[in-house]
Parts: sequence; C-alpha cells; structure tokens
Amino acid sequence: MAGLQLTNLTKRFGTTAAVYDFSLDVHDGELMCLLGPSGCGKTTTLRMIGGFITPDGGDILIEGHSVLALPPERRPTAMVFQRFNLWPHMTVTDNIAFGLRLRRLPAAAIHRKVGETLELVGLPHAAGKWPHQLSGGEQQRIAVARALVLEPKILLLDEPFSNLDARLRVRMREELKTLQRQVGITTVFVTHDQEEALTLADRIAVMNKGVMEQVDTPGVLYRRPQGLFVADFIGTMNLIQGRYHRDRGALVSGRLSVAGPGDWPDGATVTLAFRPEDVTVADGTAGIPAQVRRVVNLGHYLEVTVDSPGVGTIKVFTDGQQPMTEGQHVHIHFRRLLVYAEGTSPAEIDKPRLTHLDTAGEAVERSSSV
Amino acid sequence: MSAVSAALRQRAGGLFWFWSVGAFRRSLPVLFLAGLAAFILGPLLSLILWAFAGRWFYPALLPQEFSLKWWDVVFGNRSVVSSIKYSLMTAPTVTLLSALICLPAAYAFARFQFPGRRFLLLSFLSANSFPKIGLYISIATLFYRLHLMTTFWGVVLIQLMGTLLFMIWIPTGTFRGINRSLEEAARDVGASSARTFFQITLPIAMPGLLVAGLFAFLAAFDEAQGTLIVGSPNYITMPVMMYTLVLNYPQPVGAVFSILLTVPSLVLLLLAQRLLRQGYLAAGYTL
Repeated sequence: MAGLQLTNLTKRFGTTAAVYDFSLDVHDGELMCLLGPSGCGKTTTLRMIGGFITPDGGDILIEGHSVLALPPERRPTAMVFQRFNLWPHMTVTDNIAFGLRLRRLPAAAIHRKVGETLELVGLPHAAGKWPHQLSGGEQQRIAVARALVLEPKILLLDEPFSNLDARLRVRMREELKTLQRQVGITTVFVTHDQEEALTLADRIAVMNKGVMEQVDTPGVLYRRPQGLFVADFIGTMNLIQGRYHRDRGALVSGRLSVAGPGDWPDGATVTLAFRPEDVTVADGTAGIPAQVRRVVNLGHYLEVTVDSPGVGTIKVFTDGQQPMTEGQHVHIHFRRLLVYAEGTSPAEIDKPRLTHLDTAGEAVERSSSV
Repeated sequence: MSAVSAALRQRAGGLFWFWSVGAFRRSLPVLFLAGLAAFILGPLLSLILWAFAGRWFYPALLPQEFSLKWWDVVFGNRSVVSSIKYSLMTAPTVTLLSALICLPAAYAFARFQFPGRRFLLLSFLSANSFPKIGLYISIATLFYRLHLMTTFWGVVLIQLMGTLLFMIWIPTGTFRGINRSLEEAARDVGASSARTFFQITLPIAMPGLLVAGLFAFLAAFDEAQGTLIVGSPNYITMPVMMYTLVLNYPQPVGAVFSILLTVPSLVLLLLAQRLLRQGYLAAGYTL
C-alpha cells in the first residue's frame, strides 16, 4: 500500500503557524484534495510532503516509513507546480527524460518510457517540441507526464490548472481524474477552487488558518459540514444568527421561530444554516412571508434572493418551473436545516416547523408541513 | 465628433495639405530612421574613409586617392602590435576572473537572504560613483606599495574594477528572474542541488550571463585611464596606445586604429547574437 500519513504536522513562519497540528491519512490510490482559502497552509503542507519545506513538528510517512530525513530528490513523490513547470531550454522529450537519465536508465528504456507517458497524457506528437510551442494546458499535461514517468508513489499537484481558462480547466480536471484512476496513483491535489475539489476528489480535507477543519467525501462535506467555516466555504449556504429558547423549545432569529428539540443551554447563540436548494417557495400562505428582491437566471436554475421581514435576506435556488418576478410576495419553507452552536456538533432538523412571529412577538401559527 | 474631424480635414487642406497625403505620412518614419542612421553611421563612415584614404584634402567630398599605406604604418609599429597583444591578453583574463568572482556572488545575491545584502549590492556601484581619475591615483599609491605598478596583474586588477558592476548586477537580475519552481522541479525528479544548478539554472541564465560577460569584456577592453596610470610604460593596451597615436600621428592612423579597436566588440556582438539565436530564441527567449 502506498498510503500517505501526516501526523501532527506543524510549520511556523516567524511566530505564526502556517500549518498547525495537521493530521491526515491518505489511502492507497486515493485522490485527496487539500481545499481552503489562500493562506490556509495547504500549499505549505504539500511542499512539506514534497520535501521543499522542513516541518517544525510532526511526521510524514509514506508506506509507513518516515520520509522526513529525505531531501526532495530522494522522496518517492513527484510534484506538478502551478506554473513555470517545464524547463524552457529543453524539448518536451528532454524534460520528461531528465529524471530517467539521472537514474541512468538505458537509452532504449528512456525512449520507450517517454513515448508511453506522452501517450498516456495524450500528447504523443509533442515529443520534439519546445515548451513555448505548447499551450498552457499542454504544458501542464507534459508536467504531469514528467512527474508520472518516474513512477512515484505519491503525486502532488499544486493548483496545476489555476492558470488555465475556465473551459480548459474543466476539461483538464476530467482528464486528470481519468488518468489518476487509470494509473491508480495516490494523489494529493491542492486547490482553492471548491468546484474543482468537489468534482475531482475522493475525499476533501478543508483547511483554514493552518488547521484541518474537516476531511470527508465531497457528498458528506456538502451535506453535513462539521463547522461553520466549512458550511460557509463549501457551496452556497444561508446563515442566520439566533438564540435557543429552552422554554419554548424553539430557535428564534428575529421573527423566525423554528421548533427545535435540542440539548443546547437556554439562551445559547446558534446559527441556522440551510442550502438555497433546501428552500421551497409556496404560493399560499404556508411558510414564512418574503418578498422577491432579485431573480438571476442561471440557465438550469433560478437564483432568487428574497427578503423576509424580521429574518433577513435568503438565497433560494428554484428549478424555474414557477415564474418569479421582482417584488412578488411569496412564502418560503425549509426542507432541511442545520443548527450550529458553540461546543456541540451540528444538529440536523429535517422538515423543520417554521413560525413567523408578528411584531408583538405573538406566535402566529402557520402550516409548516412541506 | 464628425464636425471636428471635418474641420481638421479642412485645415489639413490648407498650408499643410501634404499632411493628408498617405505616402508622405508613411514615409515620415523612414525619413526619421534615415536621419538617425546618418547620425550614428555617418561618423563611422568617415572613419572608414579616413582609414583607407591615401590623400584627402579639403574641399573634396571623397578622398582623392585610396590606399592601405596607413595600415602598413600601424602594423609596422612594434609598440602598436604589442598593444594589441596586451589588450588581447588582459581583456579576456579580466572577463574570466570577473565571472569567477562575481557569478557566485550574484547567485547568492539573488537566492539568499543575508545581513548586509542590500548594502553589499549597492557597494558595487560605488566604483562608478567617484571620479575615476582620482580613484586611480589613490589606487596607484596602494599599488606602488604592493609592487603591482607596471605589472600584468596590476593592469588586470584595475580593469577588473570597471567590470564588477556588470558582472554583479546583470547576473543577479538574471538569477532572480528564474522561477524557483523550475529548480524545485529538478530536485523533485532526483537532481542534486549542484546538478540542478549546472543543468537547469545555469543554462536558463546563460543569455543574461553572456550579455554581462560581453559588457564586462568591452569595459575591460576599452579601459584607458587606469591602465595608463598602472600599466605604462610596460603594459600599453590598445586604448592607451590610441592616445599616443592620435597625438603624434596623422589623422588616418587614428582612424585605422579605431577600426582595429572596434573589431573585437563587433565580433563578440555578432557571436553573442548567433549564440542567443541558436540556443535560446528557440527555447522561448527573446533578446
């Protein structure tokens, strides 16, 4: 098994910790994404795995053996950089063959391997070209080829597609995914682009300020973010501040009251989180009242922004079956709600019972079944 | 908008009617370039004419008689020939020495952070910020004590001074311009740091280093003041010889010698251009 384990990895630059107590288990053949905003320590982590930065604490194990003492040239890792990947004074063949020649492989073997690898990344005709004759996407594919030709145990990619245009980026993602499946190589991919992470990764490790926030499959990460940071960072999420009223058994935010059986202390500050696609719009008087402020047509769905008096601004995704116009009065329900409170794991409320309180604070019970 | 352009067109139809003639407008840059070329190449042309003029008296536009007799005069002079020899000895030595001293320093300036880095880098400008002749006089007193006056190495040292600026500043910029991930990629596929330097960094830096070497060579080759003070009378190089020739011989001798002085620079320039074309333009460099 060519697994990768990071245990309690820490790196400080000056007094600030770029990466702190970071532990991660990457399984054999897995494609792991390190995802986070810029400056979260994801690249630092990747460079520590590659051997370009020495950690201040913790350990890096590949196949169960520590590689901390090894310089980058002796680690079984291969890195693809964001840009400036290919050596401009060498042809594509020489770029790929460089590492093989260092290993003193016979010329015939080098020739065969370079050919195979070029075939693998789909650029067999590029062998004799110079890097500057290739497009950005082709250059990155050659960079991947150069990394793979040495048959490393771990492939490291540092935002390799961030300099490509949007369309190409999507295509390269798919190609990389296919390639990674085909070769079955354990891969760590760094990105700040959540869409990239969600489409590529087997599992995603979300980092923030040098600390691991959550590591999970894309589905779980999207459906049950463990903390507010992940909830806010992955996808679009409506977040509403509120308090828990134990006597009423309800979470109250302004004029919104949600029946919520929970273990929170009375008066605890809570955050209600719900996805725009978990908000439904009803014609009748069921749900809480709101007014449509803006409608953006995104093709396969509408992004509707509504204002609910005493609750706030809420983003809603609808399929566009129901016509929406700005200024229109509607009623909304939530299908699903996550409740975050300090010191507890998030609670999930399925089909929550919503109540809209009038100004006097008197509950006006409305039908809340969806 | 259209009214303004109509008015402009009307004006152009007046005194400066030819302004609106396309051919005139197009020929302006050509005329300008021709003027510039005449300004730059004119003196060179007159130099060449003088070098091959047997007889050339006012008011003739061209020499009355062409001959190579002044070339014989120049090459027949033993001290002239020895000055060429010394020049061809010192300038390459200085360039090589300068590269040996400065390139590692330039790499350090570009790649490492160390205390006093900025100060040291700026200090290489200092030799160029004082009046040269004063500096050379004080160096000469030092050289007397060190027994370096009128020696080959004394001349080399004094010429070296003028090359430091080029050999430090240009390569520092070159090395700094090479992205680190190019080096890291080499380390990553198994190259040691030394191999990475010689097979990745150095070749990529080569165009910049060649340019620096070229400047350094020319600086050493053209250096006259310091060489005159330190080297004469044993080591008279070509630029120093030039003074003697201009002062003591007829004008054509100076012209002949000027052409000789230009030859190495010209050869180097063409060579550098060829080298850069072949190896590096192909690799995506423009220079």
